[in-house]
Amino acid sequence: MPSPSRRAAAYINPYLGGALLGVVLFLSFYVTGNGLGASAAINRVQVGILSVFDHAHVDRIAYMSDLGGGDRRPLVDPSVYMLLGTLLGGLVSGLLNGRVRAETRRGPRVSVAARWALAFVGGALMMYGARMARGCTSGQALSGGAVLSVGSFAFMFAIFASAYLLALPLRRLWN
Amino acid sequence: MAPFNLAPLAGSFGYFAIFLLLGFAFGVVLELSGFGDSRRLAAQFYLRDMTVLKVMFTGIAVAAVLIHLASAFQLLDMSRVWINPTYLVPGIVGGLIMGVGFIVGGFCPGTSLVAAATLKLDGVMFVLGGLFGALMFGETVAGFDAWWHSSSMGRFTISDWLGIPTGVAVLLVVLMAIGAFVAGELAEKRFGGSLTSADTDPARETSLSVGRPSLAGVRGLLMAGSVAALAVVVVLKGQPSVADRWHWIAPRADSLVTGRAIFVDPAEIVALRRDLTLSVHILEVRSEADYNLFHLAGSKRISLADTQDPRVVRELLAASDNTILFLASNGEQAATEAWRRLEAQGVFNVYVAEGGINHWLDVYPPFPGVAERVASPAGGGSEDALAWRFGIAVGERCASSHPDIARQEPLPDAGFAASGAPGATAWFDGTNALPRPFTKRVKLQRKVTAKGGCG
Repeated sequence: MPSPSRRAAAYINPYLGGALLGVVLFLSFYVTGNGLGASAAINRVQVGILSVFDHAHVDRIAYMSDLGGGDRRPLVDPSVYMLLGTLLGGLVSGLLNGRVRAETRRGPRVSVAARWALAFVGGALMMYGARMARGCTSGQALSGGAVLSVGSFAFMFAIFASAYLLALPLRRLWN
Repeated sequence: MAPFNLAPLAGSFGYFAIFLLLGFAFGVVLELSGFGDSRRLAAQFYLRDMTVLKVMFTGIAVAAVLIHLASAFQLLDMSRVWINPTYLVPGIVGGLIMGVGFIVGGFCPGTSLVAAATLKLDGVMFVLGGLFGALMFGETVAGFDAWWHSSSMGRFTISDWLGIPTGVAVLLVVLMAIGAFVAGELAEKRFGGSLTSADTDPARETSLSVGRPSLAGVRGLLMAGSVAALAVVVVLKGQPSVADRWHWIAPRADSLVTGRAIFVDPAEIVALRRDLTLSVHILEVRSEADYNLFHLAGSKRISLADTQDPRVVRELLAASDNTILFLASNGEQAATEAWRRLEAQGVFNVYVAEGGINHWLDVYPPFPGVAERVASPAGGGSEDALAWRFGIAVGERCASSHPDIARQEPLPDAGFAASGAPGATAWFDGTNALPRPFTKRVKLQRKVTAKGGCG
C-alpha cells in the first residue's frame, strides 16, 4: 500500500460520535417531528432517474407512482434535501480531515473489481430490504429506536442477527 | 411547542434549508465516526472493532433521553412526533435481507452516502447498487403487497408493549446500551487487533479506541453515568398528562368553542357520510340507556373516561388521513368536553354535532308514533338530557338514524296507497327535509408528520 501523501486525521471516539449523532437526531425530531433517513431519498432518486427514461413505467407501478407518477416531482421532497446535506456534510468533513481520496476500501484477499461487484450486490440487497422494512439503519433503526418503536428494535436485531450469522462463512471477504 | 408546524413553509427555500442542514450535520457525524470506511463497518461483525454498535447505540440512547426529557418538560409534543409504525414481519424479513447486504456490501444506505462523498469507490458502487435495489423493490412489491402490509401494529412503542411508563422504557434502553458497550469493549479486547488495518489506514493508528484505556474508561463511565442520570430524571418527571396537554391547547380550544367553529350542522354530517372518499366516524358520548333508545347508524358509544384511555386514543391517532370524527351527546356539553380531551391528545379532525342528538332529531324528526319532543326532559332540565321521549327503544332502526342512506328521490308510486297528501309527512321518512342549507365547518386537516425521513 503506498503511503498517503497527507496524513488523515484520526476518527473521533465512537462514544463521542454517538453522542453527537444523538444530538443531531434529537434536533431533527425537535424541529421537524421526524428522524433522520437516507433510503427514502435514494428511492426517490431512483424513481426520478427512471421517470426521465420511461415516465409511463413509473405511472404504471403503484409503488413508484406514489413517489413520481403523473406530475409529481419525486426529487422535490425534504428527504432528498437531507440526502444532499448528508453528501455535503460527508464531503466537507472528509476534506477538512484529509480523507477525501479516490480509493477502494476492501478486505486483503479481495480484488478491486470483486469489491466493486460485492458492493453493488450488497447495496442492491440493502436497499431492497430497506424498502421492505420501510426504512434503513438510519430511518428505521436509529430514528425509530430513539422514539422507542417496537418494530424498529425488532428490525435492528434482525439486521445484526443475519449479518453475524453470515460473517463467519463470508470471512474471506473482510479478513 | 415543538415539533414546529413546517407545513406553511413547505416548498420555500427555508423549508429545504432545514433538511439540508440536518442532513449536513448527519453526514459530518457519520464521517467523523469513520463510517465512510467499509472495513471499519464490517469489522463490527468480526468483533474486532465495535464502532458501529457504539455509535448507533450511543446515538439512540442519547436521542431517546433528550427527546423524552424535552417531552417531560413540555417542550416537545410527542403526539405530533413521527414514530415509525410497526409492521413486524416485513420489518424483520427486511432486516434479515439488509444484514446480508451489510456483510456483503460493507455499508448501510446512510453510510454509503458518506463513503461516496469522500470518493470511496466501493461506496459509489454501493449507492449504484442501492438504486438498483430500490428499482427491484418497486418492480416486485406488487407481488407481495398484502404481506408487505401484514402484521401492522401501528404506533407501538416499548412502553405500550411492556405496559410500563415511557420514562422506564427510556431507562431500559439506556441500560441495554450500556450493557452492549461493556460487551463490545470486552469483545474488542479479546478479538481486536488480531488483524489491524493500521497498515492500510493511517487514521486507525491514532484512533482513540486503542491506547490509554484507563482515561477513556473514566470518561466513558462519566458519560454513561450522566446519560443514565438524565434517563432517571425522565422517569421521575413523567410524561405530560392529558390535563397538562389541556393547558397547552386551552386558549386555542376556547376560541374554537366560543367561535362555534367545531360545531357541525347535522346536514353537513349527513353530506360527509355520503362522501365515499372520507371515513366518517361518530362517537356518542351518552348513557347506555339513551343510546339504546336512539342512536345514529354506525355510531359507537364512548364514555368521557374512554377519551383518556390510551388504547382508545391510540386507535384514534392511528386513523387514516381522510378520517373525520364527530362527537355527539344529547346536547353539546359532554361532546364538547370529549372534544377538548381528544384535541389535547393530538387527535386530528374532531368535530361536535351541533345541538347534539336533540337537535339532530329536530332536523330529522322521527315518526310521531315513535317519539315526541318533550318540554321538560327527564334528566331534570340539564342541557345534556335527552329532550325526546321514545315509546320503545329503536336504536338505529329509524330513518332519522341514517338520513344519509335514505332515498333522496321519492320512489315511484306503486299505486298501493292513495297518492298525494305530502303535507302530512311531518316526520322524516327519507324523502323530505333534504337538502338543508348549512354553513360548512369541517376543514379536513392533514397530519403534519405524515411520513418518516426514511419510510
